[in-house]
Parts: sequence; C-alpha cells; structure tokens
Amino acid sequence: MESTLGRVGLWFGLLIVAVLAVAAAKDTGFAIHMAIVGAAAFILLWVTAGNYNPLARAQSIFHMPEGPSRYDDDPVRWGVLATMFWGIAGFLAGLFIALQLAFPQLNFEPYFNFGRVRPLHTSAVIFAFGGNALIATSFYVVQRTCRTQLAFPALARFVFWGYQLFIVLAATGYLLGITQSKEYAEPEWYVDLWLTIVWVAYAVVFIGTIVRRHEPHIYVANWFYLAFIVTIAMLHIVNNLAMPVSLLGAKSYSAFSGVQDALTQWWYGHNAVGFFLTAGFLAMMYYFVPKQAERPVYSYRLSIIHFWSLIFLYIWAGPHHLHYTALPDWAQTLGMVFSVMLWMPSWGGMINGLMTLNGAWDKIRTDPIIRMMVMALAFYGMSTFEGPMLSIKFVNSLSHYTDWTIGHVHSGALGWNGMITFAAVYYLVPRLWNRERMYSLRMINWHFWLATIGIVFYASSMWVAGITQGLMWREYGADGYLVNSFVDTVAALHPMYLMRAFGGLLYLGGAGIMVYNMWQTLAGRLREEAPMRDAAYDPQADRPITTAVPAE
Amino acid sequence: MTTYDSLRHFADTYGLAIMVVIFLALCLWPFRPGGRKHSQAAATSIFKDGNDGE
Repeated sequence: MESTLGRVGLWFGLLIVAVLAVAAAKDTGFAIHMAIVGAAAFILLWVTAGNYNPLARAQSIFHMPEGPSRYDDDPVRWGVLATMFWGIAGFLAGLFIALQLAFPQLNFEPYFNFGRVRPLHTSAVIFAFGGNALIATSFYVVQRTCRTQLAFPALARFVFWGYQLFIVLAATGYLLGITQSKEYAEPEWYVDLWLTIVWVAYAVVFIGTIVRRHEPHIYVANWFYLAFIVTIAMLHIVNNLAMPVSLLGAKSYSAFSGVQDALTQWWYGHNAVGFFLTAGFLAMMYYFVPKQAERPVYSYRLSIIHFWSLIFLYIWAGPHHLHYTALPDWAQTLGMVFSVMLWMPSWGGMINGLMTLNGAWDKIRTDPIIRMMVMALAFYGMSTFEGPMLSIKFVNSLSHYTDWTIGHVHSGALGWNGMITFAAVYYLVPRLWNRERMYSLRMINWHFWLATIGIVFYASSMWVAGITQGLMWREYGADGYLVNSFVDTVAALHPMYLMRAFGGLLYLGGAGIMVYNMWQTLAGRLREEAPMRDAAYDPQADRPITTAVPAE
Repeated sequence: MTTYDSLRHFADTYGLAIMVVIFLALCLWPFRPGGRKHSQAAATSIFKDGNDGE
C-alpha cells in the first residue's frame, strides 16, 4: 500500500516537474520533449493507480519474476518485440531517404527533409533496432551462461522502458530539428543525461548478474557484452560533454572546439561502430552460432585473442575518419595503421565463427537460421576487409565523402548486424514464447534471400556510385579547371540511387515477412509446409522385381 | 616540459611498452600449460542446460 502510494507520488511529482518545464521552456522543441516525458509519467501514474492490488502490486504491471527457479525473460520478450518494431521503422525511414536522394520532391519541409530524417534512420536502426537487440540478447545470454536469474529485476525493467523513452526523445528531436550535430550522437544534453542514467542501470544489472553466477567461468560472449557496455558508457560521456545554454532549453555547446572536437567525435563515432555494432554483436555470434549449430565454438582460445585484439586496437582507429583534414598528419597515419591491423583479429573472429560449423556444413542447406548466421559472418569478414582498405590514405583520397562509404557501412550493418540479429531473434522466439518452432522455416528462407539480394543491390550500386563520384570530383581538364560540377555527379548517380532504393525495398520486404512469421508464431500457429530437405523417395521404384532378370 | 609533453613522452615509451606486455600476456594466457582443458570446458559450458526454455 505504502509503496504504491510512494510510486504514485513519484510519478505525480515527475508529471508536475515536466509540466513546469513545458511552461518555462525556452524553445518549442524542449517543450515538446518535456510534454513527452510528462505523458510517460502520466501513463505510469495511471497504470500504477489503476492496477492497485495489495497482493501483487508491481508484479502485475511489470511482470516481476515470481521466484528464483525461472529465468527472468519478460524484459527479453519485450526487447525482441521492440527490436522488430524499431527495425521496421528504421528500415522504412531508410527506404524513404533513399527515395529522397533519387526523387528530391519527397523532401517535405521542414520536418521530413533529408537532413532530419537521415539521423532518424541511422539512430533507429543502430540504437533502436540494434540497441534493443543487444539489450534483449544480453539479458538472455547472461542468464543462460551464468545459470542464474537476472539481478535487480526492477532495474532491468527500468533499463528497457528508460531506453524506449530515450529512443522516442531522440527520434522526435531529430524531426523537430533538435540536434547537437555530432554524427550518431545527435541527441541534446538532457537526452544524453537520461541515456547515461539508463546505461549505468544497464551496467549494474549486467554486472550484478555476472557476480551472482553459478558457473565458475564467465563465457566469452559475456566478455564482449561487458566490453560493449563499459566502452559505450565511456564514449557517450566524453563525447557529449557540453554546456547547455539554458537548463530549460534544448541547445548546448560542446566542451571541445575545432579539431579537438572533431577528433573526440570520431573517437566516439568509430568506437560506436567498434563496440556497439561489433563487440556487442560478436557476443551474439559467440553464443547463438554454437547453440544453433549444436557444437562448441571452433577455438575458444582464438575467441580470447579476438577479444583482446579488438579491445586494444579498435580504440585507436577513429582518426581514419579525418584523413586530409586539420588533424595532425601523425594522428591520421596512426588511425590508418591501427585500422589495417584490425583486419587480422576481425578475420580471426570470422574464421572462428564459420569453422564452428566444421563437420556440420550440411546445416547450411537444411537450416535457414544457420544460413543467415553464415551470411552474417561472411559480411562481417567482407566489411572488416573493406574498412581497413578504405582507411588507407591513398584509397581514402578517392573514397572519402563518396557513396562508397555508405555502401561499406551498409554491407556491415545490413549484412552483419542485421543478419545476425534476425538469426538470433529466430532462435529466441520459439524458446521465449514456448513454441515448437517458428511458424514457417520456409519463410525464414525467403527472408534470407530477400535480405541477401537486397544487400547485393545496395552494396554493388554504392561501389559503382562511390567510385564514379570520386573520379568525377577529381577530374581536371587541360586548362586546369575541374571538369564536372557537383550537380553533374548527382545526375550521373541517379540510376545507382534507384538500384539502392530497390535493394532497400527488398531488405524491408524480408523484414516484413519476418514480422508476419513472428506474429503467427506468437499466435501459436505452425505452417503446414514441405520440410527444407528430405531424402528422395520414389514410390514407383520401391517395388520387388517380378520378372526374371537374364543371367549375364 | 609541459604536462602535454610529459604525458606524450610517457605514452610513446613506458606506456606503450606496458600496453604491449599486457596485451601479449592476455593473448598468451589461454595457451599456458593446461590451458587447453579450461578452454574446452568453457566452450562446452553453454550446452549444460539441456532445456533452455524458461
């Protein structure tokens, strides 16, 4: 009774603060964001007061675990659903901006112009789709590998819902024009502070669970998750050091200036790739690939070398984003050298993942989930080769600022992060909702092919576009003037932009099939379908011989 | 010398050496005598839970 009252009081207090902040806000964007915070507080107030039940208070609202004998999977289930929801939103935004580049009439000013929807797309796919997948799988994997229930269940629920609030504030902020103009770190100071609180809570839940473990050894997937959580906390705090203009306004100014700001930003930016999109997803790979293949990882010792090499090398690679800028030359070269060195541990990890299938290669034919994992690893290998190559200054002088970079990012993001996430979700859904299998394995196969062909369209068109762009930009005539104006290159790239958008449409279509498949699985249906593979059987030939066979 | 200079000197001499030694030690640790058994046990530890439902 008292704790319910206390909670109602807390939400009410938060609501009042939010209303006051709306009233006193210095700009519209901040007022709208505080209104969203107030709405969240109001919903919580409503639910807490409405569901008041002295016997099962919070349990009924947030599905608190009933006893220590079961894994605490509700936050994982919500995380899987949120992954799919934000995934579709992010892929749609991506397709929309791809079409904007081909058809500029689609820029609806001011809320839906390219400049505002593009960060919406990147944040939706990286932080909303990828972030929810990481939170959900990390909560699942850490419980299974430590053989213990999630520590601090209330905090785990706060992490999930707090992260969703962060996503909503970030996404609406971009459309309203609230940004601190740092790539992949666009949210303003108050949203950053909120994410810091959520992230510290996430670290506490994860580390707390590891501390309570019943297995003596901490499985390597948890090392990768831990590196991801700790490093992202460090990067996020340092890169977002800023002074707000007003405590009631959205605008802030960075603590750094000039090239220092740029270097800090790309130290953040590249390690967001290295620790969010690589270390975190490698954690998924090191758990779900062995589980789905039903055999241990090829070499556990290689996985440890993989881990420490990524940790020691990745953090230095950021300056390759600032080749040929005001950044000192030695720093550019340092970034390039470390990027090239990263190639080896990355391929070590890819080989480790692929060779886990050693002796079970037939599963690629029979198991579409394994097929997705193998494709994810192939794209991990491809983009970790392409990345070091693009970081070489000579190559970068052609590729930088062109669509080649966009193609590179998407072969990593769609191929590696997307595919491994889809595979992990396909693995998780039947287990989390207690189903025999997914509704349809053949639909997984369809998803696999649509996604793969989509990526091929995307990456190959962007290679052609990027190299075309780079060569056109640097072309001089006999008189020493540039031959092409910028708009000439835009016109030349139009067909490539159409192909890219088509690739994105295929990828989105695959994800749509996945949503349908999940929907049916959750509804408890199983599709009647021919199995993926069976030994051949011909009833006509399955007869004894009746006529005598002449002797030779 | 300014703080920047002294930190910079530390970073490209002793700091660098310490990092390299720590890195190599961490990478070589699983290859210590008897390490193979531990790695094997760790790699198969995820299959102990026959039923990984709830």
